[in-house]
Amino acid sequence: MTDLHVVPGDLLPPPPPARRHLLSVGDLARGDVERLLATARSFALSQERDTKKLPTLRGRLVVNLFFEASTRTSSSFELAAKRLSADTLSLKASGSSVEKGESLKDTALTLSAYDPDVIVIRHPQIGAPQLVARVTDAHVVNAGDGKHQHPTQALLDLYTIHAALGRLDGVHVAIVGDVLHSRVARSLVQALRLVGAHATLVGPPPLLPAGLAETAFDIGAIAAADVVYVLRMQRERMEEGASYVPSLREYAARWCVTPERLRPGQKVMHPGPMNRGVEIDPRVADSGAALVVDQVRAGLAVRMAVLYDLLTAGPALVEAALEVA
Amino acid sequence: MILVGRTGADDLVVRGARVLDPVEGIDAVLDVRVDRGTIAQLGERLGANGHRVVDGTGLVLAPAFVDPHVHLRTPGREDEETIASGTAAAAAGGYCAILAMPNTDPVVDSTEVLRGLRARALEEAEVPVGFAAAITVGQDGRQLTEMGELADAGAAAFTDDGRPVATAGLMRRALEYSAITDRLLALHCEEPSLTRGGQMHLGAVSAELGLGGWPSLGESLGVARELALARDTGRPLHLMHLSARESVELLRAAQAAGVAASGEATPHHLCRTDEDVRSLDPNLKMNPPLRTADDRAALVEALNDGTIAAVATDHAPHSREEKDVPFEAAPFGVTGLETAFAALHTHLVRTGLVRLETLLERMSAGPARLFGLERPRVAAGAPANLVLLDPAATWRVREERFRSRSANSWLLGERLHGRVVLTVAAGRVAYEA
Repeated sequence: MTDLHVVPGDLLPPPPPARRHLLSVGDLARGDVERLLATARSFALSQERDTKKLPTLRGRLVVNLFFEASTRTSSSFELAAKRLSADTLSLKASGSSVEKGESLKDTALTLSAYDPDVIVIRHPQIGAPQLVARVTDAHVVNAGDGKHQHPTQALLDLYTIHAALGRLDGVHVAIVGDVLHSRVARSLVQALRLVGAHATLVGPPPLLPAGLAETAFDIGAIAAADVVYVLRMQRERMEEGASYVPSLREYAARWCVTPERLRPGQKVMHPGPMNRGVEIDPRVADSGAALVVDQVRAGLAVRMAVLYDLLTAGPALVEAALEVA
Repeated sequence: MILVGRTGADDLVVRGARVLDPVEGIDAVLDVRVDRGTIAQLGERLGANGHRVVDGTGLVLAPAFVDPHVHLRTPGREDEETIASGTAAAAAGGYCAILAMPNTDPVVDSTEVLRGLRARALEEAEVPVGFAAAITVGQDGRQLTEMGELADAGAAAFTDDGRPVATAGLMRRALEYSAITDRLLALHCEEPSLTRGGQMHLGAVSAELGLGGWPSLGESLGVARELALARDTGRPLHLMHLSARESVELLRAAQAAGVAASGEATPHHLCRTDEDVRSLDPNLKMNPPLRTADDRAALVEALNDGTIAAVATDHAPHSREEKDVPFEAAPFGVTGLETAFAALHTHLVRTGLVRLETLLERMSAGPARLFGLERPRVAAGAPANLVLLDPAATWRVREERFRSRSANSWLLGERLHGRVVLTVAAGRVAYEA
């Protein structure tokens, strides 16, 4: 074979340095997670003061783009940006040009005209945050894309587990329910692995995809776990006639997390919103074992940490930022 | 005549290329002279006779390629591809003949539509095109098309590509009835109840990404049905864009048992796996989907042993608006005509998985034989259907270089080794780099 030669006109300029995004837990190394959680703990302390607002991101613009219903995630991202003194612009699919048929790409390009520093996006379709990252110059944070990923949820779950148990390494989490349709479960399984914890998936066989983590069909398997993480039965995501489970009644009878199925000392988590009486017994949801409110509170600190981390040179600055405040 | 398009009577001498025609048994550095569109002579130090002379030093001269599976999107989506642009893309990929699929709007299910396409191709097509007609009216799986009339009007084959023939009963009738023609039935194998909602191969990667799974069984169950019907009716058939190991193994076993079944594989299935879908690039979304490394190995093995006799691009142009959307919202399909040789040369030949001779045969003589087309060959007296290749050239796949109207290539940005320098199709220089 002759020597290789290059076709003329084929020399491209070097690609620009990659912009940091948080699209998937897969974007993070263990060190990143530890840094983000430490930053979040600092911010949580700041939220106990009388003056909760920090000047850190003054003049920055955070755009929240929500194409899917959300209470916790959209409110905590907005509040997180405000507590860091960033300007925020929040758009929902209803009432925007999306209703007139504007494509996601065009919506993203339109908002780019304001030079946002961060675009937070929630979208029902997998790959939407990647598309926004391709067509804009902003840092993109995935606030949930279809059944794929919800990385800030996984981070706030780790934060909550650490706060409750004092450790992450070696922690065993049983994730119960509709794993197949759950971006929360996918993100959490990856995140747990990253920090040396592990997951067991428990539920009806058709709702437990093979290859994610170890699985068990019997609800009795939750006994071995430190934390029982209950997923919502997402009825609206079930394709018509798919028959993943014969009925909600049978599901609740076999897999509902009840006081009788828990052992003392176990913690219970749920990403919300809950279907009481379907996947979680109201007595469990309202018990001291439930960390649901802690999760919501952690969401604010973790999202502050994510915005801060993406927009500043590095973690070393967080202490300085807090001192200025 | 099954193929229609522009023809020519060009004069040309290619000097000093490695002439490689595996079927003719030629592998030697020779000069080749083309007189008025016909190969006149192979030899050493041929006179120019006043012809244009092309220096082939360091290059490979081979029979031009034949693609049995192309979507020209005409009629109906001329914004995505036309006969002129699609055949120009084919010429740039080294092809001298392609077969166009009938899943257009309207569907090619009547002699009126077919005749209209053939009349346009005669004027516009840069390389000759054969038009396949549908098996069922509107491809809706209810009523057979008038196969006899369509074959007489020049239908190149019959297929409901894009979907399977809905029921085994109708498929059986189609096989039986097609005996009145000498045209092949080409089949898209898919069991829809297993693939509904499928976005990518069902496996570890789909579990992790949360994308709906399109299982291997969704294809191989269809393959099993078609092979059983072929055996039962004694009729030949062709299985399109095979992607799964199970499918290939069923085909190999059927062939060994004497069933007249053939198969094709695409460059993307031969080069890529479901691991690549992690990028969520909509240009890695196609039907059937990319599968595992093990499936890919099975396809390569089948290409080598001849179970899969043809490379087919399944060139499926889509507009930018359709593909610039989240992965889950994007339509299935990728382009392939202009990159097929370079991709396969880069990923299979240079890596030692497939010999260059085998690849050239599966891209030319193999598909021509299956579909009853004249085999492109480097031999005195044969029509000039030639491709001149530079195996040592490297180039980067870039959108602005495509002749196709669409740029939904799974190779965008990738550097490839091997390049088409010149294509002669039906006696006419159809492409020069």
